[in-house]
Amino acid sequence: MTRIVGIDLGTTNSLVAYMKDAQPCVIPDRNGRTMVSSVVALTDNGLIVGDSAKEHLTQNPERTVYSVKRFMGKGLADVQNDLAYFPYHLTETGGVIRIRLGQKSYSPPQISAMILKELKLRAETYLGESITKAVITVPAYFNDSQRQATKDAGLIAGLEVLRIINEPTAASLAYGLQKKTQGTIAVYDLGGGTFDISILKLKDGIFEVLATNGDTHLGGDDLDRLLVDLFVAQIKDRHGVNVGSYPDHMQAVRLEAERAKVRLSGELKTEIAIELPEDKGHFTGELTRDQLESLAISVIDRTLTPCRMALKDAGLTAKDIDEVVLVGGSTRMPLVRQRVEALFGKPPHCHLNPDEVVALGAAVQADILSGGTTDMLLLDVTPLSLGIETMGGVMSSLIRRNTTIPASAKEMFTTYVDGQTGVDIHILQGERELVKDNRSLARFRLKVPPLPAGIPRIEVTFLIDANGILNVTATDMRTSQSQSIEVKPSYGLSDTEVERMIEDSFKFVAEDIGARKLIEARLDAESLIKTTDKSLAEAGHLVAREEADAVRTALSQLSAAKDATDPRAIRARMAELEQAAKHLNVVMLDASLKRSLQGKKVTEVT
Amino acid sequence: MVYTPCPFLLMDNNQPSTHPDPRRQLQMARSMCWHCQSEMSGEYFCERCVKVQPVSKDTDYFSCLGVPRRLTLDPQKLEAKFYELSRAFHPDFYQSKSPTEQTISLSNAAVLNTAYRTLRDPIQRAEYLLGLETGSVKDIRTSPPADLFEEILVLQDILEEYRASEHDSDEGRRLRDTLKTEQQALERRKEEMESRLRELFVDWDKLQDAGEATSPARVERDRILKQMRDLLSHRTYINNIVNDLAATIA
Ligand SMILES: Nc1ncnc2c1ncn2[C@@H]1O[C@H](COP(=O)(O)OP(=O)(O)O)[C@@H](O)[C@H]1O
Ligand SMILES: [Mg+2]
Repeated sequence: MTRIVGIDLGTTNSLVAYMKDAQPCVIPDRNGRTMVSSVVALTDNGLIVGDSAKEHLTQNPERTVYSVKRFMGKGLADVQNDLAYFPYHLTETGGVIRIRLGQKSYSPPQISAMILKELKLRAETYLGESITKAVITVPAYFNDSQRQATKDAGLIAGLEVLRIINEPTAASLAYGLQKKTQGTIAVYDLGGGTFDISILKLKDGIFEVLATNGDTHLGGDDLDRLLVDLFVAQIKDRHGVNVGSYPDHMQAVRLEAERAKVRLSGELKTEIAIELPEDKGHFTGELTRDQLESLAISVIDRTLTPCRMALKDAGLTAKDIDEVVLVGGSTRMPLVRQRVEALFGKPPHCHLNPDEVVALGAAVQADILSGGTTDMLLLDVTPLSLGIETMGGVMSSLIRRNTTIPASAKEMFTTYVDGQTGVDIHILQGERELVKDNRSLARFRLKVPPLPAGIPRIEVTFLIDANGILNVTATDMRTSQSQSIEVKPSYGLSDTEVERMIEDSFKFVAEDIGARKLIEARLDAESLIKTTDKSLAEAGHLVAREEADAVRTALSQLSAAKDATDPRAIRARMAELEQAAKHLNVVMLDASLKRSLQGKKVTEVT
Repeated sequence: MVYTPCPFLLMDNNQPSTHPDPRRQLQMARSMCWHCQSEMSGEYFCERCVKVQPVSKDTDYFSCLGVPRRLTLDPQKLEAKFYELSRAFHPDFYQSKSPTEQTISLSNAAVLNTAYRTLRDPIQRAEYLLGLETGSVKDIRTSPPADLFEEILVLQDILEEYRASEHDSDEGRRLRDTLKTEQQALERRKEEMESRLRELFVDWDKLQDAGEATSPARVERDRILKQMRDLLSHRTYINNIVNDLAATIA
């Protein structure tokens, strides 16, 4: 079976991991960095991803996309409160947010696909093979639209997404593999943009999720905002400048706010320095951990209600939890650890690397799917109740939240008017009574044979698969004929749109690969020119004049090719130069060897 | 053409249709392996080609989990069986199998999960068994116990009054205290019902163990089922009110 990698596609940071000798490992880049910033920037040289894109946040804020995960599976109306904080331009088409970058608009799955492609390339470079299959993690509390959007992102990136797995449960796999314990654990995952709590029972290699809860709009980003608001107010007070109207400076404020927050996890106070617009100099000040905590507590305490609800749904109390596992960068904050400890009545387990554990768990799940790991099995749940709209705008629940997946429910439909040929069905997700308070997932029309009212009997099966994604099928019970259903997502890309985006992305991939090849060939040519120049300078006088001339000719031909745009021509000229300079290089090596031996005693050499 | 603005649900899913019954067809298919067509004798896997077989629609949850039709079940054993079958059916282990096997794995896992969820909970288990023994489950309508009828009517009035009142006023506090007392009384009543139910569960299991088909045994069977149905229906009614009360005064 081809290799399947595990990917943590985070709001702030993303990682890719694989299974090596029954142990999951995160794949680093050339410099040993394991995290890729989840940032995409449009530069004059095209789109770039990761840490280099992050540098563009302050230079080019309206063309640099961060925290795109907050927009997955959403419409513009869902993110009204966020708009003021994001410097890039958002619009909506067909229920899907679009992000404007230069001349083009991109859907959130397309932006996410760029991050995925970066991870794919990283894995391919590291493992020396092509990667086409992946397990991707999502917050446990992601709804169907958000999961589907993540799957679309994978497709657009050229990855077959074999499984969407929940982040806290992925973490539990990595934890379980390492600790080999049995018992009941709670995984508390507070990252940059989302919060999840999952309660699991670990027994005989089975990881059974008992309940999950969370908030897909709660994380470290919210703490950064509180600090941003504080700094902006202080700057206004002290310098009379409204930084809010300078997007580039706002990004500088945001980055400094985040850095200060991170520093205060280790220190009790920290210095703040922010460059002001219009040559107004710098804003400087001091921030203490106490100040941060007095602001942060209201945000952090919003994680406690979901924890209590999850415990209640699991039929447990805090003292039934054997261990609380912390995941996500924000759990490094001392205040978070205190609040978690107060709620569960025991110090949390913080020996896992909170940045990497989710990706590691995704790699374990990937290994389970490829048949490598056979003793572990994850039984996850659906986080939200699934239902349909019934008379009077009321939601009738079909599959309750925290039901183990795969889960299915059947419902029989009929007509109430003679000759009626269709029934419209509206699928919803959420815990509220009324349709309008729940999330609309999709609509479809059931085809019905024209018969007297009440006679048709169409059975519809709603199945939530192991990815937590809904599949709908229908059967006419009178004829046993199954019916194909075209479900129209309320907040998602249509199949044809995803297909077009995949095509586009392959076109770009071809362009990207071309550009990459040219850049690499040029870099290699430059270093070859440099070393040959050096050889000529040092040993040119030691070889025949014709030989030296031949090397010079090949050199100038390579220089010319380097400035053109054909990587193959560059490689060909490089080969010619290498051939022409082969003898020269040997002579030069000999000469330098002799030089280094001069002045040394014979005994030192042997 | 006229379309309903929202779907019209049939309340009773278990009513047999007058047309070719797909369940019958499935049952016939079940006795033969879908893949190699050999006679099926194994439970969920063909003995000859080792392919997974679909759980028949006629398989009730008790036989799906391989436990007797009893009302007191050992939760540990039930869980062990659920884990064992999860390892057999879960889609994780069918990633490299054929599309047919993947479909079977998915639907079997879904049935298994429903079966376990139903049988794990004693109340749901009893309601399900009642459905199996006497017909459609959905016939269990919730109803107030006759002796509590008056009391509940009064309670509804107080609830209304409280909802309309200023919660922070003396009147509001007085009403809330009354409601709290009522809630506690109803909770006690619910516990009583549950303990009576547990006695009936034991009676039922004894009857099953004896396995007699005599006419006194049949009378006893009907008595247990009837009492169980009434108790379940009253218990759900009380439970709903208690939840409602808790939510209102929280
Ligand atoms: N030492 C720290 N103290 C406080 N917050 C931190 C620390 N390290 C990282 N964070 C915060 O953690 C968040 C990123 O966590 P991560 O788990 O990588 O997020 P995501 O899963 O959303 O990508 C950011 O908000 C970051 O500021
Ligand atoms: Mg994360």
